[in-house]
Order: sequence, then structure tokens, then C-alpha cells
Amino acid sequence: MTAPVETEDETGTPDGTPRQELRSYLWGYGLSLLLTLPVFGAVAWDWLARATLWWAIGAAALAQVAVQFRFFLHIRLKGQAKEDLQLILFTALILGMMGGGTIWILHNLDGRMGGP
Amino acid sequence: MNTETGRHPGLNLGSGHAEAHGEAEALVFGFWVFMMSDLVTFGLLLATYVTMLDNLAGGPGPKDLFELKPVFIETLVLLTSSLTYGMAILSLKHDPGRRLRPVLAWLGLTLMLGLAFVAMEAKDLHALQAKGGAPQRSGFLSAFWALVPLHALHVAAAALWLVAIAAQIWRFGLDTPVKTALLRLGVLWHFLDVVWIAIVSVVFLGGLA
Repeated sequence: MTAPVETEDETGTPDGTPRQELRSYLWGYGLSLLLTLPVFGAVAWDWLARATLWWAIGAAALAQVAVQFRFFLHIRLKGQAKEDLQLILFTALILGMMGGGTIWILHNLDGRMGGP
Repeated sequence: MNTETGRHPGLNLGSGHAEAHGEAEALVFGFWVFMMSDLVTFGLLLATYVTMLDNLAGGPGPKDLFELKPVFIETLVLLTSSLTYGMAILSLKHDPGRRLRPVLAWLGLTLMLGLAFVAMEAKDLHALQAKGGAPQRSGFLSAFWALVPLHALHVAAAALWLVAIAAQIWRFGLDTPVKTALLRLGVLWHFLDVVWIAIVSVVFLGGLA
């Protein structure tokens, strides 16, 4: 077992040098704008058909969430204690089951009852 | 190249802040656990909203009520506030002189953006009500009012917490409790960004598309 090397200078953090960290925040900001502006434009000026637009909004939202987690919340697949990622993935699983289940079951019930 | 592993999810202060870095491990992880329970709350309110989309009871729907422009500005304001909060944390982490002014300046800017968001949101909700979009009008509107104002309330609470931390910095300087509090508020602040993205995509963009 090898102990982690403790360095005295500021490079000894898992987030890199100060310059890299600043750049990482700016990248995150730039990417999140890049994922926001086109979607709003597409909705405002009707660039796409409705179904295509919904898929585009969903895809941009998922990418945006990934960007926020990676660049602002600093969640990574490696280089941190395992429990943290497991906590987030488990919550995502629970939420997927409960949220997806709610929409599925109520939609199904609505169909069977004739719907509004 | 570095071999030090992060002790907790999120930005680690690192060995330059030995005491706060050590204490942050349990505190920040605990706050993440709370944050995840909040995520489930928002996720289920969003799912409820989706199931209520057609239950208008003859009242106004998304296209009659929502406007894209204010939502767009609010999104930009919130995204920018996430960047300025990050700048506050970075100036805390890397300022060898431990000066208060850069940290306080970035926090002040973040606070103003947060308050601007809440004010715009309040104005929107007021306009919505004037257009006949009161919560008791339909199942759709009840679900909307349970979801969107709850997020605005979270941002307002986060702004209040920010003021409390700034007062602590003013009074006690950048000591260990202040540093770990800033790390936890950072998790909340960035997290509210993520929730807003989900709300914007499903409620506003999805509703107006």
C-alpha cells in the first residue's frame, strides 16, 4: 500500500494547479452557455419540428447536467473516494424508478380512465 | 501529475488548508447526502408536474402563461452566479496572504446575481397570477406552483446563508468553520443550477416548444 504523496505547494490538490482550476471553471461556464443559447434560440424561432425539438432539449439538458457536475461540482469518475459517486448514482437510480414510475403509471391509468 | 485523492466530492481545499481540509471530509459528505434527498424532492415534484400537464380544467396552459425572454435572462444570471461563486472559492483556496477582500468581492457579486434571480422570479410569478394562473385554478397550475417557487425559495435561502457566512468572514476572518461552510454552500449553489436546468428544460422550454 502506498501512501498519497503530500506536497507542500498548491499543485498537491486533486484539482490541479491554480491556472488549471481557473481554466476548468471557465470551460464549464463556456460549455454551459453553449448548451443553453442554441436551445433557447430553437424554441424562440421555431427552428425544428416539435418532436425533434423535444429530443434536442432533453439531450442538451443531460449534457448540461454532466457539465455542471464535472466542472462546478467537481464530481469525477476517478481520483476521489468511491462512496461519493455511489451516493450520487444510487440517488439517480432511486429517482429514475420513482419519477419514471410515477409518469408511467399515471399516464397508463389516465389512458384507461378515458383521460381528460 | 498529482497523486493526492480528493477527500470529499467537490473542490478540495488541499493540504495548504490542512485543518479545514481534514474537517471538510465528513461535513461535505453529509451535506451531499442532504443534497441528494433534496434532489429526490425536486425530481418527484417534476414528475408530478409532468403527470398534471393535461389537467388544465379549462384554465390557461403553458403557452398562454409562460414567456421565454425572462426565463432566458434568469438562466444566464444563475449560470453566471455559479461561475462567480467558483471564483470566490478559488480566491479562498489560492490566496497565500489569506486576504478577505477578493473572497468578499466575489461573494458579493454572487449574492447580487442570486438576489436578481429571486426578484425576477417573483415578478414572473406575479405576472403569471395576473394572467389567471393562480395555483388553485387547475391541477396543472398547482403542480407548477409547488415546483418553481420552491426552487426560488431555495435560492433565497442560499442567499441568506451567503450573507451569514459573509458576516462571519467580516467578524472572524477566514477560519476553519467559515471555509467548510463556504464549501457546503458551494455544493448547494451549483446544485440549484442543476435543478434550474431541469425546470427550464421540462417546464419552460418543453412547454413553449
